[in-house]
Amino acid sequence: MGESAELTEREQKLQGLGTAMLRREDARFIRGQGTYIDDIKLEGMLFGAIVRSPYAHARITAIDKARALAMPGVVAVLTAEDLKPVKLHWMPTAGGDVQAVLADEKVCFQYQEVAMVLAQDRYAAYDGAALVEVEYEELPAIIDPQQALAPGAPVIREDIADRKEVGHGPRTHPNHIFTWEAGDKAAADAAFAGAAVTVREEILNPRVHPCPLETCGCVASFNKATGYLTVYVTSQIPHLFRTVLAMLSGIAESRIRVVGGDIGGGFGNKVPIYPGYVVATVASIVTGLPVKWIESRIDNLSTTGFARDYHCVGELAADRDGRIRGLRFSALADHGAFNSQVSASKLPAGLFSICTGSYAIPNAYCRVDAVYTNKAPGGVAYRCSLRVTEAVYLIERMMDVLAQKLGVDKAEIRRRNFVKPEQFPYTTALGWTLDSGAYHAALDKVLKAVDYEGLRREQAAKRADPNCPTLMGIGISTFTEIVGAGPTKVCDILGIGLFDSCDIRVHPTGAVIARLGTMSQGQGHATTYAQIIATELGLPASDIVIEEGDTDKAPYGAGTWGSRSTPVAGAAAAQAARKIRDKARKIAAHLLEVGEGDLEWEIDRFKVKGSPSQAKTMKEICMVAHTGNIPPGMEQGLNAVSYYDPPNLTYPFGAYLCVVDIDRFTGETHVRRFYALDDCGTRINPMVIEGQIHGGLTEAFAVAMGQQLPFDENGNHLGNSLLDYFVPTAMETPRWETDHTVTPCPHHPIGAKGVAESPHVGGIPCFSNAVIDAFAHLGVTHMDMPHSAWRVWQKCQALGVNKRAGS
Amino acid sequence: MIPAAFEYYAPGSIGEAVSLLARLGGESKLLAGGHSLLPMMKLRFAQPAHLIDLNRIADLRGIREERGELVIGAMTTEAELIASSFVRNKVPLLAEGAGSIADPQVRYRGTIGGDISHGDPGNDHPALMLALDASFVLTGPRGQRTLKSDGYFLGLYETQLAADEILTHIRIPIPAAGSGWSYQKLKRKTGDFATAAAAVLLQMKGGSVARVAIALTNAGPTALRARAAEAALTGKPLDEASLGEAARLAMSICNPTPDQRGDVAYKTAMCGEMTRRALQAAAARVRP
Amino acid sequence: MAGTHPVAFKLNGKTVAVEVEARELLIYTLREKLAHTGPHIGCETSHCGACTVDCNGMSVKSCTVLTVQCGGAEVLTVEGLERGGALHALQQAFHEQHGLQCGYCTPGMLMRAYRLLQENPKPSEQEIRYGMAGNLCRCTGYQNIVKAVQAAARKLAAAPAAA
Repeated sequence: MGESAELTEREQKLQGLGTAMLRREDARFIRGQGTYIDDIKLEGMLFGAIVRSPYAHARITAIDKARALAMPGVVAVLTAEDLKPVKLHWMPTAGGDVQAVLADEKVCFQYQEVAMVLAQDRYAAYDGAALVEVEYEELPAIIDPQQALAPGAPVIREDIADRKEVGHGPRTHPNHIFTWEAGDKAAADAAFAGAAVTVREEILNPRVHPCPLETCGCVASFNKATGYLTVYVTSQIPHLFRTVLAMLSGIAESRIRVVGGDIGGGFGNKVPIYPGYVVATVASIVTGLPVKWIESRIDNLSTTGFARDYHCVGELAADRDGRIRGLRFSALADHGAFNSQVSASKLPAGLFSICTGSYAIPNAYCRVDAVYTNKAPGGVAYRCSLRVTEAVYLIERMMDVLAQKLGVDKAEIRRRNFVKPEQFPYTTALGWTLDSGAYHAALDKVLKAVDYEGLRREQAAKRADPNCPTLMGIGISTFTEIVGAGPTKVCDILGIGLFDSCDIRVHPTGAVIARLGTMSQGQGHATTYAQIIATELGLPASDIVIEEGDTDKAPYGAGTWGSRSTPVAGAAAAQAARKIRDKARKIAAHLLEVGEGDLEWEIDRFKVKGSPSQAKTMKEICMVAHTGNIPPGMEQGLNAVSYYDPPNLTYPFGAYLCVVDIDRFTGETHVRRFYALDDCGTRINPMVIEGQIHGGLTEAFAVAMGQQLPFDENGNHLGNSLLDYFVPTAMETPRWETDHTVTPCPHHPIGAKGVAESPHVGGIPCFSNAVIDAFAHLGVTHMDMPHSAWRVWQKCQALGVNKRAGS
Repeated sequence: MIPAAFEYYAPGSIGEAVSLLARLGGESKLLAGGHSLLPMMKLRFAQPAHLIDLNRIADLRGIREERGELVIGAMTTEAELIASSFVRNKVPLLAEGAGSIADPQVRYRGTIGGDISHGDPGNDHPALMLALDASFVLTGPRGQRTLKSDGYFLGLYETQLAADEILTHIRIPIPAAGSGWSYQKLKRKTGDFATAAAAVLLQMKGGSVARVAIALTNAGPTALRARAAEAALTGKPLDEASLGEAARLAMSICNPTPDQRGDVAYKTAMCGEMTRRALQAAAARVRP
Repeated sequence: MAGTHPVAFKLNGKTVAVEVEARELLIYTLREKLAHTGPHIGCETSHCGACTVDCNGMSVKSCTVLTVQCGGAEVLTVEGLERGGALHALQQAFHEQHGLQCGYCTPGMLMRAYRLLQENPKPSEQEIRYGMAGNLCRCTGYQNIVKAVQAAARKLAAAPAAA
């Protein structure tokens, strides 16, 4: 066999980095043998059903449990009164606020948790819940965040009326949470004052919800004899969850075990710690029995962490030729009734200040004012990378607005403003250092692939044809993401740094087990982490078992959200593996009786330089490491653990292009084509990446084209079930074309950046830009999402483009 | 998520079902496909004390031809309608309409009788029945009666079906050979109820409309027959002017309920648009 | 409390017998009394399809069927697709085409695809999308699911004994 063929064969055996290795986790899922929360059944397990408020804002004047308690099978009915003795009727949030676990004297959003009925089975629990009688005294509700700070507005949070600060002070009004700003306002104002051209738009990012197919839930099990608490839970952050449970319960953290098993989708919905978890845990501690709580879909959409609800104003100042001189972005952020959004403690508005995007903008200022309203709490969720969806939506929309104002092509305006390759590392005017990027190349590749010139010609021809039944739009999005939270000096939750970890043990026969502090909810970690380690160690990925989620076994980490797994835990995996390989090199040198410097590493073995027949494979070394035949003074074993504190976040980027044809008479949008080029640096598994892109784009499509959580003026939900909440089927979902470039991350051990949120962050403005572009020739500069047929039709109607000749 | 408790009965014959209904009275509900009723019960919006399951009654199933009419058992599922060569060949409008309802799983259980009886203006069969001039055979303690679909639908969740009656069969006059048909349903996504929908049955003669039936879904508290639009079209060719007039007249009878699918203006305009498209699609299918 | 009904039916080829209240939905009987946790619950309004099983030769949302209605039925769940240690062509195809990520919709998808290919052994892409429109997925964007069904269809057409 030829040498190069032999090398290829050895490489392929590893199925390491870059291979489209089929997924290890599939084996159980295709057999229906996953273990999701509701699959768990423990001896004596009780069921909890939550009683919820029908009102958005009301005082609770009475709770009568008698009829519920009389129901056979009902064991207890817990209210805030029952949690007071253990001081758990309120809990602290990651946002520096407190949140009611069970409503204490008043309710602040519709469906808020008021009581939990515990029963011996699901049926009695729901029957009991229907019998709990709660009396309310309705209060006026604030639903429009613009009204929250009005003088004399109803006070939502009487419980913190005296607090001067909630996570980021000072507060200027009882319904004010914080004001956060970044950049240089004076410099930005000066840039606007002196600019040849300015544009301004009011841009809404509506309240939506991640809606993973599995809802949230837990099984809490306290063993009174041992004092040991086990909580099986749909949590993307098992270790942080355990630490918070220790803080809340007073149980030593070493006697708490949190288990994240299989999770049916997270998308940020399963990061927060929900009241249902806390009440179920308290119930288990009190009764000594396991307690299961699973929410319904309506509960999920109505009360768990929503996303967005940013009411923005975007402003750009530019030269005549479209070079941007200044940026001013502001957002009124509707956080709902409690500031429970999960973000790093020093970043109350998440990573919103990435809003200068892929562009070299010399002067910038952004500001976020967060307010309380009578809606469910949350805000940071849904593949958002911590408010990056909001930031990128704003800048990508404003680029189109600017292009239209100047009459410059929408691709060209971007080219003129891109950070150039030679400018990296580039520190933005809002303080982020983009370490790498190749924006022009990405955009050019996309434009060429779709024949952009041809599309614009087609659009012009269609616009000139009065009989054309559709409006054609072309949307572009050239986004830079910021993921991989994050460097501990900047990123912490409740003080705990957002590092991550990998603990690798290599067995004598060359098989490996690695445990990490992240938590897959479908991202394929059991496969991709194995591939990283396979390449580093020269052992086949198929023999590398990956474990996450059991806090008794896995090393501490901050979980999986914000596309952080590859950037942080993936780096830890590589670092831990390299520690092992370094030790293996010493063993190889010892066995081959050469110096370490005389060895070179080739795929799966150490070879003596100049004497290639003298080699030791990693597999051989695995066995030797467990014998006496190791260098003097060395300990046996090939194990290592690495805790990785990333030096920076990572900056995946992409160029997306969307072509739509809008039916002028119904407002329906047909997505003709969607071309997505992503650059996530080193690509671990192209098949897994493509799957993530498809999924993120589909969720972007859903957000841009139909999702919203509407309320009436009294705070009643108007569309909180799957009857109305737009989750597209295979029929609506467009076909995706994917492409890539590779610009490795300079600071990451394997040059990888993370990717799964990019398609969502970049996709939403791409769809939006396409729809609005369809109307651009008629002077339309902006239309708010969702671009449902109804809303688009309203625009058609207002412009008169749905008139037929002769009618 | 969990319905309130109830008593369950599975009669084996129409007679037994009627007796049960008479005995158990207003606290009972008939269970057909269950895909309207069971979701309501799971949310506890409906809490009947008794459920009378019609699924075991063989006499309520089957499709046969009888004296120029298709006679369809009320418990015939949407999937059975779509698969039936009788229906596809003789009343293709019905197959097309059934195929637009919900999704494949729901269509395996949902029944034409249940869809009609529920009285939900968002359901598709009422408009199809109006366009087809169908009749409904109702069986009760006093025997059987046949009512025309025109006038059967009274209001939201209200039909002429008495509390002690069961819809047992649907009779559909087989449209003339060569008729054109179309059911145009605008919806937010596959599986949704109609934002607006129009059912059209069309016969042309010498380039002009000989006979046309137009019925609208979700345009008011019940399905609506757009008779003024039909009259305006009769004897005319289908061109921009007549289509526009028909759409306008269809819109003029609309009184839709605003909801997340649209406000009155949008739903009304879409009734007009679906009417137009249904007429055009039906015309394309007309065979001389 | 309402009384219970004895119900016997075939589950993946084996006869099972349960005692259920009339209000017990088939999904709960399968998951909690019969330890078949493959079918999942994703909503309570009969939209998501995660609970889809095959019942008497039809794809059915088991959250919208009462167990008392299933006497004498032949029910197939995802657990019954693998025969004699050999994966069904659909299971293999979902794996090879990366038609799953979190796995939650997968049992319902597989059971619906199973029946779809019985209804129509050579579906076009559009027919697959229409035929699977009762099953929601949040992770995959459906594209690889479609490819998986197409791949399975080709394989089954070549070797019908695998069906």
